[in-house]
Amino acid sequence: MRRVTTFAAALLTGALALTACGGSSTSQTSPADSSSGSSSAPAKSKLKVGLAYDIGGRGDQSFNDSAAAGLDKAKADLGIEAKEAEASAGEADSAKEERLRALAGAGFNPVIAVGFAYSGAVAKVAKENPDIHFAIIDDANAAGPNITNLLFAENQGSFLVGAAAALKSTKKNIGFIGGVDVPLIHKFQAGYEAGAKAVDPSIKIQSKYLTQPPDFSGFGAPDKGKTAAAGMYDAGADVVFAAAGGSGAGVFEAAKTAGTKAIGVDSDQYKTADPAVRSVILTSMLKKVDVAVFDFIKSATEGTYTPGPRIYDLKANGVDYSTSGGQVDDIKDKLDAFKQKIISGEITVPEK
Amino acid sequence: MSPRVDLRRLVLAIGAPVLAIIFASLVTALVLVAAGDPVWSTVTTLWDYGSQPRTIALTLNQGTTYYLSALAVAIGFRMNLFNIGVDGQYRAAAFAAAAIGGAVSLPKPLHLLLIVAVAVAVGAMWASIAAVLKVTRGVSEVISTIMLNAIATALIAYLLRKVKVDVAGSNNIGTKPLPESGHFPGIPLIPGSTLDVYGFLVVAVLAGIAYSVLLGRTRFGFDLRATGRSQSAAVASGVDVKRMVIVSMLLSGAIAGLVGMPQLLGSSYSYSLDFPAGLGFTGIAIALVGRNNAVGMVFAALLFSFLDVSSVILDINDISKEIVLIMQGTIVLSVVVVYELVRRYGIAAEQRRVSRELTRTPASEPEGARA
Repeated sequence: MRRVTTFAAALLTGALALTACGGSSTSQTSPADSSSGSSSAPAKSKLKVGLAYDIGGRGDQSFNDSAAAGLDKAKADLGIEAKEAEASAGEADSAKEERLRALAGAGFNPVIAVGFAYSGAVAKVAKENPDIHFAIIDDANAAGPNITNLLFAENQGSFLVGAAAALKSTKKNIGFIGGVDVPLIHKFQAGYEAGAKAVDPSIKIQSKYLTQPPDFSGFGAPDKGKTAAAGMYDAGADVVFAAAGGSGAGVFEAAKTAGTKAIGVDSDQYKTADPAVRSVILTSMLKKVDVAVFDFIKSATEGTYTPGPRIYDLKANGVDYSTSGGQVDDIKDKLDAFKQKIISGEITVPEK
Repeated sequence: MSPRVDLRRLVLAIGAPVLAIIFASLVTALVLVAAGDPVWSTVTTLWDYGSQPRTIALTLNQGTTYYLSALAVAIGFRMNLFNIGVDGQYRAAAFAAAAIGGAVSLPKPLHLLLIVAVAVAVGAMWASIAAVLKVTRGVSEVISTIMLNAIATALIAYLLRKVKVDVAGSNNIGTKPLPESGHFPGIPLIPGSTLDVYGFLVVAVLAGIAYSVLLGRTRFGFDLRATGRSQSAAVASGVDVKRMVIVSMLLSGAIAGLVGMPQLLGSSYSYSLDFPAGLGFTGIAIALVGRNNAVGMVFAALLFSFLDVSSVILDINDISKEIVLIMQGTIVLSVVVVYELVRRYGIAAEQRRVSRELTRTPASEPEGARA
């Protein structure tokens, strides 16, 4: 029994240590940021914004980071004070509620919840605190007089990069890599496939998800992304769309090795990825979480809260494709034509 | 034999956990200093937040779940089986129970019984795969249960999509919510808190008592512990080891099936994408810290639960909440190390005492002869 105990202890401590290491890089930034944020602006009645991240938090080079960018911009431009809190992997809903309660209780108003996992928690805590305004990203289910839902038409942006992939593919074979097999990422896939088929109905589309929930590591596992992408390139694909958060870095590496192309996600990854692999990034599907967060905080400083859904689609410039790097300049006209058709309603992009 | 020796044993038994906690506190303090966080205010912040009525209720709720998970792991440990698969077992069980519980409609006590029975059965069934592999093919349960965790993840993800109900406008999917008859009533245990404690707390306490009685007071428990200590000795005394492996794995899995129940029946009423994961691993840590003892694990579960629940407040106060993970890891390590040191010290002290008495016996003989 002692042998088992020792083994178990070693294994477990290793796991705990790794988890702690993974988290530490993200958390180091927050105290420094908030201290600089609080010292910069003059002491007029500053807006105190609370922001609760989902798993990964600041530093995930993806969704959460995009929200963080919006918050940082608000700090710099609007002189607000902000506090950030982060979810632990596998935590119960009650922990999310407590996080929001703690932020609300500490006088932060508005409170922004990043990610659909906060849906139930926001609905509950917003009801308890009618004087505090809440915003939730990627969820329309939590509704109330003091809840703003920041929603994105990921399928529309994905349609455009799907069209770009089909136009650029010489082998008529493209790929889609989703980080985690969840409905949100299915929206990316649906739009991407529709866009590619709009260009070439006979195109071959390979698709793969890196992990299954509740294992959300697929949003931050470059090694898994690399293996999956290498498999697709071997099987004949020459453009792969990585809707996989931090795992995209691995997809870009695989593209570099195979001499093929890849498409980034969320932010303009031509600007943020490792310089060595930037040449493979055809374009990126922009999901402007930072814009949504900044807009929400800006309207809060003006005292104008609008509860209910606020949809960031192509029309509202909430999703888009990126052009930096110049690799889609030759097909820009075609893509913009698709964009106009989606905006005018001539093309309806499927959601799943 | 003499009361003095018993006293020394008592000191050793109490000294070990105290030493472990002192050591863990020192390491944590050093880490906090190294990270540039104030040690004292971290402790007071945790304590102030953790001692509010609402937080106490949350700590008890979370502790209920942790305790059940630790019990499941501990049964394996006592038998020298390392069931890493509690994680997969409870998730498979909770999913099946939620799916079936949401699909049927029964009067209240029956409905609850059905849900719990399904959970226990599925947990045991999932664990039985590893048990059968071990006794028939000699597959190490460490390997097979880790793999079964991954298989459970994939299987649940697949089946969840078959039975899911879409929540309008949400990116979450889950099983059909349990009707009112499938809700386990809460207990307003903590005065001043609007939050009820999970009614399942009672079940966890009963499970702890059953565990203690089963292992300490029954023939089966004796056989189980004997097999855990020395398999060959157990075989020599007529224990069917294969049968013991199967039965203890089934029991471990059955209790693992209960792990998701407090959450399912007391709070979320549905198995969705954000159902808590990783509780099986927390259970391993708590079983280690609680030394597989029914009462020890209560304290360990409450300690871990207190740290996890209270960590929420650290973020708000600009202290990295990952410090809590470091605390928990250090506690596990120091408990294991200190107990081993104390055990060795105890054996050495016992040997010294025996040899002292042996050398004294011949010296006292002449006195006896004279009389």
